[in-house]
Amino acid sequence: MSILVIAEHDGKLLKPGTTNTVTAAVKIGGDITVLVAGQQCAAAAQAAAKISGVNKVLLADAPQYAGAVAENITALVLTIAEQYTHILAPATGFGKNFMPRIAALLDVQQISDISAVVSADTFVRPIYAGNVMTTVQSSDKVKVITVRATGFDVTGEGGSAPVENLAVAPDAGLSKFNGQELSKSDRPELTAARIIVSGGRGMGSGENFKLLEALADKLGAAVGASRAAVDSGFVPNDYQVGQTGKIVAPELYIAVGISGAIQHLAGMKDSKVIVAINKDAEAPIFAVADYWLVEDLFKAVPELTQALS
Amino acid sequence: MKVMVTVKRVIDPYVKVRVKADGTGVETTNVKMAMNPFCEIAIEQAVRMKEAGVVTEIVAVSIGVTQCQETLRTAMAMGADRGILVEAPADIQPLAVAKLVKAIIDKEQPKLVIMGKQAIDDDANQCGQMVSALLGWPQSAFTSAITVNGDSADVTREIDGGLEKMTIKLPAVVTTDLRLNEPRYVTLPNIMKAKKKPLEVLKPEALGVDIAPRLKTLKTEEPPKRSTGVKVADVAELVAKLKNEARVIA
Repeated sequence: MSILVIAEHDGKLLKPGTTNTVTAAVKIGGDITVLVAGQQCAAAAQAAAKISGVNKVLLADAPQYAGAVAENITALVLTIAEQYTHILAPATGFGKNFMPRIAALLDVQQISDISAVVSADTFVRPIYAGNVMTTVQSSDKVKVITVRATGFDVTGEGGSAPVENLAVAPDAGLSKFNGQELSKSDRPELTAARIIVSGGRGMGSGENFKLLEALADKLGAAVGASRAAVDSGFVPNDYQVGQTGKIVAPELYIAVGISGAIQHLAGMKDSKVIVAINKDAEAPIFAVADYWLVEDLFKAVPELTQALS
Repeated sequence: MKVMVTVKRVIDPYVKVRVKADGTGVETTNVKMAMNPFCEIAIEQAVRMKEAGVVTEIVAVSIGVTQCQETLRTAMAMGADRGILVEAPADIQPLAVAKLVKAIIDKEQPKLVIMGKQAIDDDANQCGQMVSALLGWPQSAFTSAITVNGDSADVTREIDGGLEKMTIKLPAVVTTDLRLNEPRYVTLPNIMKAKKKPLEVLKPEALGVDIAPRLKTLKTEEPPKRSTGVKVADVAELVAKLKNEARVIA
């Protein structure tokens, strides 16, 4: 078995999810190569080389890989795809964007968002917002797979794989990357945080999210939101936890003013400990909570922040 | 400019899904069905572009069972001009769907294809990107804004850290994210009008596409249930539980 893992990174550091994807590759078993493609990303390639279990790192450093434009990443991967039995990437906005392109051009049915490896050709993946788990077996010669990070542990450091330069493919010239508007925050990233404090429609306004931020800062937590809060314009889209947002599984998830729609539960129900604070005693979120408090959040959250001081 | 939009028939997102007793799949008999929410956003976008004078014709396409005609009628009630159904089994897989959609695009030659970013049943999130790749066209996945400027389009995409701006050449495939628009409700007069709009029904063989599945489902089951939690009386009790029982805070 020969496995290619496509790394998500910011040029310097690997993004959360990349090492979990390597763990999935280790479970499949075989020779593991990590591809780091981007612009000025040699540091990220060095980081990838240190991941335990990685045999080789390929570095493709060129302007056309800035922003990981799907058409260009696909063209690059296709130059080496035939050397591998499995091609893996994290099931994040990054991997979901280009992996189906690679699969289609290899004439392969992609296996999306796997949460467990049964064998080299059989995988478990959630469907229906995680309300159903399905085990599927692939008959394709190459397995193109996106990996749900919360299903696999983070792989530690300890490796010292060689880094080789990969010949770059020409710019496909189909699209132009005009830049990103990234939310700036000193708090941890949602997908990497040990604790998450999330707000829903019950927060009432974006201004009121300051209550959650104060609590998050006491706990060293990330701040998330339900789709209702994002749709209402309280916070930007990148806060969204759920079926179509981010999938998280922190040690502690505190849901505040979140009713618990199926699609939100899909994004957080694998958290180790779930706390729900809601004034509605009938809120569905309580069904998945380990501890729940029926109280007005505008009273409970400041009290909680105070109690942790 | 002609636009093509794809629509998928799925179990209504507000219905609780049940696994079949024999573990072979999900129960769909006598279950309420609806248009996939991301496909509604796709149709809405095309209709708004037509209302703005950017689009001249909207062709709605569905791949699936005969009853997908109802989904196409809904698309036409929202504002699509005509519908095309390619009849296929309900469990047809994304690669085969993408090949069928490509075959229709080859015939129809739209300048823009708008698709939902994912269907809320299989959560695969593949078709739009696959169609785009098979055509050799650019893509904009997870789109929250689109402005057409002649032979290109400026798009905003939702990414994990925020937003991304791109310019893509047309023709292109765009997949919709939640913030692109809020779909309209269909009105009774429009439902009546939609019944008179043309709806063509095709077979995969007529399009020369092999739709044989590549993935075999070995097992379908419910995820393990979380153990029942406890209600706490106040913040003090919550903090005590988190510190002493769950031990997740110091």
